[in-house]
Amino acid sequence: MLDVANGHTTRHRPTAGGVVVSWPEPSGAPATGWPHRHLLDVDQLTRDQLEECLDLAVEMRERRLRRETLDVLRGEVVGLAFCEPSTRTRVSFELAAEALGAQVVELPIDVSSVTKGESLVDTLRTLERTGVTTVILRHSMSGAPYLAARSVPVRIVNAGDGSHAHPTQALLDALTLRDALGSLDGRKIAIVGDIGHSRVARSNLHALTALGASVWLAGPPAWVRGFESWPGVTVADRLEDALADADAVMTLRIQLEREAGGGVPSLREYTARWGLDADRLAVAQTGAPVLHPGPTNEGVEITADLAASERSLIGTQVVNGVAMRMAVLALLAQ
Amino acid sequence: MSSFGSLGDPAATFVLTGARVLDPLADADGIGDLAVADGLLVDPASAPSDAPRVDGSGLVVGPGLCDLHVHLREPGMERAETIESGARAAAHGGFTTICAMPNTDPPLDEPARVAMVLDRARNRACRVRVIAAATRGREGERITEVGELAGMGIAGVSDDGSVVASARVARGLLAYLAPLGLPLIEHAEDPALASGSVMRSGETATRLGLAGWPASAELSIVERDIALADETGGWVHFTHLSTEGGLNAIRRARERGVRVTCDVTPHHLALTDAWVAGWRGFAWEEPEGVAADPFGAPLDAALAYDPACRVNPPLSSRAEALALLAGVADGSIDAIATDHAPHPRERKGVEFGAAAPGMIGLETALSLGLAAVEAGRLELGRLLAALSTRPAALIGETRSLAVGAVADLVVFDPGARWLVDAPSLASTSSNTPLLGMELPGVVRLTVAGGRITYRDGLDAIG
Repeated sequence: MLDVANGHTTRHRPTAGGVVVSWPEPSGAPATGWPHRHLLDVDQLTRDQLEECLDLAVEMRERRLRRETLDVLRGEVVGLAFCEPSTRTRVSFELAAEALGAQVVELPIDVSSVTKGESLVDTLRTLERTGVTTVILRHSMSGAPYLAARSVPVRIVNAGDGSHAHPTQALLDALTLRDALGSLDGRKIAIVGDIGHSRVARSNLHALTALGASVWLAGPPAWVRGFESWPGVTVADRLEDALADADAVMTLRIQLEREAGGGVPSLREYTARWGLDADRLAVAQTGAPVLHPGPTNEGVEITADLAASERSLIGTQVVNGVAMRMAVLALLAQ
Repeated sequence: MSSFGSLGDPAATFVLTGARVLDPLADADGIGDLAVADGLLVDPASAPSDAPRVDGSGLVVGPGLCDLHVHLREPGMERAETIESGARAAAHGGFTTICAMPNTDPPLDEPARVAMVLDRARNRACRVRVIAAATRGREGERITEVGELAGMGIAGVSDDGSVVASARVARGLLAYLAPLGLPLIEHAEDPALASGSVMRSGETATRLGLAGWPASAELSIVERDIALADETGGWVHFTHLSTEGGLNAIRRARERGVRVTCDVTPHHLALTDAWVAGWRGFAWEEPEGVAADPFGAPLDAALAYDPACRVNPPLSSRAEALALLAGVADGSIDAIATDHAPHPRERKGVEFGAAAPGMIGLETALSLGLAAVEAGRLELGRLLAALSTRPAALIGETRSLAVGAVADLVVFDPGARWLVDAPSLASTSSNTPLLGMELPGVVRLTVAGGRITYRDGLDAIG
């Protein structure tokens, strides 16, 4: 891969920073089984694998409705390592793991020490020795799950890392959209808000474009800049361009403190220019559904009326969240 | 077998036959014999008859390398590096002079502390020059006692790690330094623009969700300091230049006579921001994977977000790395300086954004330069000038391979390759993303001040 001019360079595979202790090999996976040991982001999944996740989530959703007991994770210990405050994602994973028969433990990670970058590897190593086989990791720093996957021989499921990725959210959003639209092929999906700081948006860009959709981004310039050359993505100058004929619209939670960072002059101005309401959505396809990863700031990025309307799929997203996380945990355990 | 010597050893005597002798100062490049007697270069014909002779065919002899920018971590962080281990790493890399930055703990901001480091640096495997802090405590407010420090032989002053943030203080420093003939060595980075960033802004940073460092963070300070140097007649040296815009500003300023010089690190020439996403090709190689398709290609989970790739200033885009390399090739960049920045494992084995910035460079600088030479991007003579004669001239040293000069040279095998791994490194630290790679260029002999400071093979000389 790395020929220097005269072509006789051979290279050993480099290791990251000399800190890698063991790179867990994806051994034992049958040729026909799921080839991934971790879920770090959706970028690692082919279109077929994405569809497989969605299909399995549909099955999980149905079996859960029938209150079936599943045991694909019996004997496994799933650790929830949330190094950043979160309620809905953590609860969703907890329910998913328990529904598959796993024992679930909360890992005692001190949020303040992790933000200083001190203890992640140490903590995870300790827990691996106590029998945890899968770690659900939420972390404030982009890339933390990659460090974890290189350092500890357990399965890592990324439950959100910094501004980078939130793969299970993107998968459940894709499932919600596929249910609503039939297929994502050729569909126009608009995403509105602070794309630059959003792990939800990044993973959705990978998943939705891989499933055939074209994605339009809209928001304050500082929040959408940089995505222009992402294949399948268009950065709109005006909100109405992104919404025009859109088959679905997703808006993101505005981090209220970002106002001070220079992205927008005020929340009032954000709402005035990029807030979603029924009038603005009039240019979209008739009845185009609205998604939001939650929790919403009603009256900021979306009106309470719209969030509660029948176009809103916010509740469906939550239901699909548990089913999708069951599917992911089941696939990784293969 | 390799071994280290020191500047306190007896002077060397040997004859090396049939090597390619490259002397940038004399603009000479040819196959010949090189003789050293009692530490001085002599005419091979008049070398002592009992001088040990070794076959130098296939080897290159160049002037001893000179590094304007290293962090030796002593005092204060000796588990990352000491003056002794840093000097050995330098000798292993072919360096005969290194300039130690003052951001130690405590910082080198007063004469007694500089004297202490100079004392500890005596008779090591490499000459150690000190760059004193520009301001007390590196706090950017009151300038250090530069006059007295100048008398101790410092190479310049710098608050490296930070810019001298106040334009008023920087202006005062440049004016005060001007008659002393010493440079203000600037880490050009606007703190407000760079705040919170962990890698260079661009498509890779966008893909990875890492806060980006904009090129304007460097350019705004370069332009500011050029104006101040122009006004005061002072000398500003920009270290670890990382942007094409900064380089072009320096070229323009030089044309109108401003005293401005600069250096670039080997990693800003050879590595790119795609390394943070896991790519492991040099800037001049055809990009593939995530380097060619920063948004679409899957990340290599084994290499993405490698904290070893976190440096400050951050690694540049491929286009900018090639522009900087062109700046070395055309001579508008004065020197290649490593910014050798050792860190212990606990400061690097963490999340990318939490990792201490910096990578070691003393032992891989020549090899990265030789890789660029192999790729046809740089002439060997230009490389050696940028690593030796030109930086040496900036700190008042000369490097000559002429008869009568003190032997101060490096002998290396440009075709041989070595595997970069922790045991191969003399540095106490091993924080470099080059670990596990094979690089061209093996140093066989380093001679500093007439003494053999490092030798690998060439046993007859021992």
